[in-house]
Amino acid sequence: MTAVEMPPLRHSVSPLAWLRKNLFSTWYNVLLTILALGLLYALLHPALHWARTEARWGVIAANLTLFMVGQYPRDQLWRVWLSIFLLGALLGLSWGIWKNAARGFALIALGAGLAFALIGLLLNSNVWINWLLAVALLIGFYALGRILPIGRRFLVTLSWLLYFPLVILLIAGSRFIPFLSPVSSNAWGGLLLTLMITIIGNVASLPLGIFLALGRRSKLPIVRYFSIGYIELIRGVPLVTVLFMVSLLVPLFLPLDVRPPDAVIRAIIGFILFEAAYQAENVRGGLQAVPRGQYEAAQALGLSGPLTMAWIILPQALRVVIPAIFNSFISLFKDTSLVAIIGLFDVLRVGRSVLAQSEWLGTHREVFLFAFFIYWGFNMAFTYGSRRMEEAMGVGRR
Amino acid sequence: MALTAFLRNVRVLQILAQILFVLLLALAAGFLYANVTTNLGRQGLTVGYDFITNPASFDIGESYIPYEPSDSYGRALLVGLVNTLVLSVLGIIFTTVVGIIAGIARLSSNWLISKLAAAYVGVIRNTPLIIQLMFWYFGIVLQLPPVREAVALPGSIFLTQRGVYLPKFDPTPTVESWRVFIWIALVSIALIWFLFRLIQNRPGQLIPLWAYLAYIVVPVLILWIGFVIQPEPPLKENLPVLTGLNFRGGLRSTPEFTALLFGLVVYTGAFIAEIVRAGIQAVSGGQVEAALSLGLTRPQALRLIIFPQALRIIIPPLTSQYLNLAKNSSLAIAIGYPDLFSIAGTVINQTGATIEVIVIMMLSYLSMSLFTSLLMNIYNSRMRLVER
Repeated sequence: MTAVEMPPLRHSVSPLAWLRKNLFSTWYNVLLTILALGLLYALLHPALHWARTEARWGVIAANLTLFMVGQYPRDQLWRVWLSIFLLGALLGLSWGIWKNAARGFALIALGAGLAFALIGLLLNSNVWINWLLAVALLIGFYALGRILPIGRRFLVTLSWLLYFPLVILLIAGSRFIPFLSPVSSNAWGGLLLTLMITIIGNVASLPLGIFLALGRRSKLPIVRYFSIGYIELIRGVPLVTVLFMVSLLVPLFLPLDVRPPDAVIRAIIGFILFEAAYQAENVRGGLQAVPRGQYEAAQALGLSGPLTMAWIILPQALRVVIPAIFNSFISLFKDTSLVAIIGLFDVLRVGRSVLAQSEWLGTHREVFLFAFFIYWGFNMAFTYGSRRMEEAMGVGRR
Repeated sequence: MALTAFLRNVRVLQILAQILFVLLLALAAGFLYANVTTNLGRQGLTVGYDFITNPASFDIGESYIPYEPSDSYGRALLVGLVNTLVLSVLGIIFTTVVGIIAGIARLSSNWLISKLAAAYVGVIRNTPLIIQLMFWYFGIVLQLPPVREAVALPGSIFLTQRGVYLPKFDPTPTVESWRVFIWIALVSIALIWFLFRLIQNRPGQLIPLWAYLAYIVVPVLILWIGFVIQPEPPLKENLPVLTGLNFRGGLRSTPEFTALLFGLVVYTGAFIAEIVRAGIQAVSGGQVEAALSLGLTRPQALRLIIFPQALRIIIPPLTSQYLNLAKNSSLAIAIGYPDLFSIAGTVINQTGATIEVIVIMMLSYLSMSLFTSLLMNIYNSRMRLVER
């Protein structure tokens, strides 16, 4: 007997049949459809009317730079652009090498770059050249990545590890580098501030979270109870209270002769302390997913406890928690908006200062909708990219 | 020799490690404590709770317990705590309803309904709550028409930029004699529940759906008898009426409270919708098939087989969403609702008692969280799968 492979049956559905099946299958579905349509009309009609006629979108165009970088010195903006160019190049290179894993992020960046260039053109701003350059870099390095020999590919991983510290150095500057004059973190603002807090907060909270997770599973009761106490305390209180506490208490906790760090740094400390508790729970989930046999096998091979953790357990555990870490990245990105409460100039706070300008009084809806779309667009893009990456890496399946 | 052996003993090493850990902690704590006392000493401040009985002398916009500016700081903090609690409890009730409806809507066979629910969940979950709150407050509630041109909804509900006016019910003098009937009605509900349980626990017995009407019919009947005996109703409706420049009577929900409650409910509802959807989808299809092959109808299978199992999956994440709602209510400060966090901030500004007030605030939130998880854990252990 030979098995004949048949293509799956495909039936095309006429639009009318589709409507009947999906919208009007039963009497209550007919009712629901009509109700939903009515609701949509009642909401969308006035909203669209407002957006087309009454809304003053000029408030966004006039303050776009402020929304993006806040009070960052305008003559130093090249550092921000350089970070974007580097990101474009790295994304292109990764796309060329790892294809599927990085494709989602690269395509999103490509689309976003082109869209921003178009917006720049429409607003008669010169930034469109910069965005096109970033896109060109992305495509150029994609081609380079395709021909890069396999043996050199670890260099790309290395560049990613170096990229984030480099960006922090670029943005913050340093006294020791002549052409990178220090920019006080108080001048960081807008989307730039949001992204800086997100990146630093996530990168720095992960190691702390790993330690807390290991502590929570430790055999030493004192270490275990300390970790449990810390994690549950932080998870039981709102983020604002942690931020508030850190921004008020850090100056009190430091010795008299030490100058307290800037408000931004204090906020970042608060985020790290807060996020670490949540990362610890993520990592703990991953640790629990590693089967006992792995510990026993490592022991049988003669590895010591710490070595077992570092070389056998953690690599497997962290791989399992990649989706959870991506999720905390998104939630931290959303949570950064709370820094407005402790007085930092993120997108939201910039929006409120714009609203105080006399010519833009009463443009609340425009400003908040804009902030809304920044977060929404970024999160959707990030979700899409990370999901493609997880699929390509087989996270959760292998 | 003996010493090396002693030091290589795992148990000894463990104890030594812990002693080291405690020492390090104590050292860090001592360092911080010394710094705090010198820093505070410099500013002429001491740590202590003496300030708590001093008059607060600031006004609070809304309060559910009597409060005067001449009351103490402790009382002011209590007002904040009660405001937070009222907001959280109302929010949890409403958001559960919104979340369940949206979660079921996402699974609807109606394409439009499920896409609408998906859009709601996708947009709300991916944007920060604080921006949503500001949009609802500054962009919607404060842009409502002034009192004189209030939007009137059926049932004497008025939307104005000064808040939402709702009808309210005041007790009348007969409320005392009515208490008996209300109690009897409540007891009857409990009795019906008990009776249904007894019937359902017997094999092969199923209560038909219409019998659940008893939950409504019997109490209404009892209250109706009450009306025959005591014709004077226990509650009198108190409708908001526009008199002059403002509404008189009724219940007023301030713009801050309205926007905050609405924002929290809409935000948390989107998360609960996902939990409900995932919970229902997680019940394996075999369960439905088994139920149908046993002769249950589809609604029966949904009610008796799917929901109880889905609930088991839903409760733990639902608990953390309830906790999130309570914690997120601290964003009230962004739009000026006097919750615990915002009043604590004011108290710190006035007294300089930073550490003391932060401790009070943290402990309040923490005990709220722990209390909620305790309640939900009790419920969860009752619903949990009883394994053989």
